[in-house]
Amino acid sequence: MIVDNAPTVLSVKNLTANVNDTPILKGLKLEIKAGEIHAIMGRNGSGKSTFSKILAGHPAYEVTGGEVVFEGQNLLELEAEERARSGVFLAFQYPVEIPGVSNLDFLRASYNARRKHQGLEEVDPFDFEDVVRDRLQVVQMDASFLDRSVNQGFSGGEKKRNEILQMALLEPTLAVLDETDSGLDIDALRIVAEGVNQLANEKNAMLVITHYQRLLDYIIPDYVHVMYDGKIVMTGDKELALELEAKGYDWVDELQPVGV
Amino acid sequence: MSASVSTLVNQPYKYGFVTDIESDTLPRGLSEETIYAISAKKNEPEFMLEFRLRAYRQWLKMTEPTWPDVNYPAINYQDIIYYSAPKQTQKKQSLDEVDPTLLETFEKLGIPLSEQKRLANVAVDAIFDSVSVATTFREKLAEHGVIFCSISEALKEHPELVKKYLGSVVPIADNYFAALNSAVFSDGSFVYIPKGVECPMELSTYFRINNGDSGQFERTLIVAEEGSSVSYLEGCTAPMYDSNQLHAAVVELVALDNASIKYSTVQNWYAGDANGKGGIYNFVTKRGLCKGKNSKISWTQVETGSAITWKYPSCVLVGDNSIGEFYSVALTNNCQQADTGTKMVHIGKNTRSTIVSKGISAGKSKNSYRGLVKVGPNADGARNYSQCDSMLIGSNAQANTYPYIQVQNELARVEHEATTSKIGEDQLFYLAQRGISAEDAVSMMISGFCKDVFNQLPMEFAVEADKLLSLKLEGSVG
Ligand SMILES: Nc1ncnc2c1ncn2[C@@H]1O[C@H](COP(=O)(O)OP(=O)(O)OP(=O)(O)O)[C@@H](O)[C@H]1O
Ligand SMILES: [Mg+2]
Repeated sequence: MIVDNAPTVLSVKNLTANVNDTPILKGLKLEIKAGEIHAIMGRNGSGKSTFSKILAGHPAYEVTGGEVVFEGQNLLELEAEERARSGVFLAFQYPVEIPGVSNLDFLRASYNARRKHQGLEEVDPFDFEDVVRDRLQVVQMDASFLDRSVNQGFSGGEKKRNEILQMALLEPTLAVLDETDSGLDIDALRIVAEGVNQLANEKNAMLVITHYQRLLDYIIPDYVHVMYDGKIVMTGDKELALELEAKGYDWVDELQPVGV
Repeated sequence: MSASVSTLVNQPYKYGFVTDIESDTLPRGLSEETIYAISAKKNEPEFMLEFRLRAYRQWLKMTEPTWPDVNYPAINYQDIIYYSAPKQTQKKQSLDEVDPTLLETFEKLGIPLSEQKRLANVAVDAIFDSVSVATTFREKLAEHGVIFCSISEALKEHPELVKKYLGSVVPIADNYFAALNSAVFSDGSFVYIPKGVECPMELSTYFRINNGDSGQFERTLIVAEEGSSVSYLEGCTAPMYDSNQLHAAVVELVALDNASIKYSTVQNWYAGDANGKGGIYNFVTKRGLCKGKNSKISWTQVETGSAITWKYPSCVLVGDNSIGEFYSVALTNNCQQADTGTKMVHIGKNTRSTIVSKGISAGKSKNSYRGLVKVGPNADGARNYSQCDSMLIGSNAQANTYPYIQVQNELARVEHEATTSKIGEDQLFYLAQRGISAEDAVSMMISGFCKDVFNQLPMEFAVEADKLLSLKLEGSVG
């Protein structure tokens, strides 16, 4: 929801970045205020996941220019784990499996790392069970997933639900959801979207990366951006997503200045 | 592998100090005279001297094994000191008489020996270079008929028991290092659990190498009579020297009918520096004989130290329905090399064995599992299950698995599973994105990986082992 005079959560200016010396982001601008939901759409390979990983602080991506300010502080100065503890959350397009580490232990370590950063007391395993059981309901996930190794052997959709469960636990200020809808069946899509809507409030902000208008029927974006070759080249409201769906990306191609 | 999961750096080794103490040492080198001298110093019965001489003569005819997957420059056996003992030659009856420097040394190592501070339910035999300096709780154990003392004392007080069992599981000419040990061993622990007794506390031996030029050749013998049980733990550390020290131990376990022995090791010898200079050569022969029916021998080892480890704790399952187990975590970092595993030899009927091996290799290290499962023609119904998992950290480490399976009985069932995994940058990033630091992440993954083995350790030591591994890998990722 767009709120008057809401504080800026994220401000990205002229961001350029390389992977293995190849430029991927080429001058990206984006401003997100508290309470807002933004969607980013764009062709495969246009740089959406790269952008999300740079926000999260992935070490393999080299920022070559521009600035990223999160809640008034220079995000690029912080290590990945510090960003996370400060309230930047990334729901991964491809959540990683971690054999041998129980999902419950992992969730608690993560939850406590965030709490510690906020100056709150860490929660012991018994109390944590209560906390996590409560949040399981947000994504309608079965408690049996807590005893399994992190994401190991989870189906595609189960992994995505586990991501949203983590988001529900960590209550981030900025949540970036990278194609959280892909791999979800119709019911799961609705459940996950409802979960996200429950978590959205006037203090936090969401950046939803998706290829499909379908998700945006549930999570109504305040802004829709189109990413093209490492930049945001178009911004509109939710109607833009519908227009894209109807016209395809060739339409965006045609609108690009020649020779860029 | 990406730049961020880089070569691991060891936490400075915190047991690397040297104790300044006057010692009684034999000149370098090995000959029959050396053997006579060791035996004389220890005032041994005649049979022991003969045992040693037979072993020495065998050893002269043998050659150092070359099949392990490890590399090291030739060892000059004439340059080693074979006996080195702190000056207070006689072992003292009371701990109050033990040289305070020695008590302090063990206290610094986290093994307080004095009456007031000793571990509540663990009896400790403390071995410094070649000799045992103190054994705690001897009287309390004696009330239950349990004998726990140094092997030198056992030779004086219970020669018939030592004579009966020494060399009965690991014959003197078993292998090159066992023969050497049989010739020159200076001390070690002796445990005897009488019929029907469940040992009332954990027994443990703590080995400390102090002298930079001496080898350590200890000998441990544990006998569990019918229906008895015991849990035993050994720990080891050594100072940091630029040179390599040889540690060639022999451990023999004997379990009679319905007896069980659980033998755990947390090995943290000095591993050498990051460039592979210095460290202990740990060439050890450990074998358990399940002699009686329904007997059980279980080895659990956490191997984190030593420049080179060459070690295969084994079980010979002679008694019908006997059980052998081997649970191992071997961690190598920097330039360490480990070639370790087990042998399970099924001879009796319905014998069962379980092997769970977890190898973790970081830095430029090399970690090999080598295991033999052998089922003899009469071992009807024998079963073995082996699981060998390797985990690589970084891209310069190596892991190998060499399982040997020899089955001569059609009714036996042998299963082997193996996996290799890698702590990858993607996993570390995923955990970092959830606020978990790289060090905590590695430690969580390692604990998870080693869980099945740590669960086998006595409680106090499981926590210790977990911490030890994290410490060893500290600063490893970034
Ligand atoms: N580690 C890497 N090494 C080499 N190229 C990379 C790497 N990561 C990303 N790229 C390249 O950067 C470009 C942008 O990739 P990115 O994953 O950000 O695209 P995306 O917009 O998320 O695409 P999709 O919609 O398919 O998820 C692609 O051409 C991709 O191949
Ligand atoms: Mg993507």
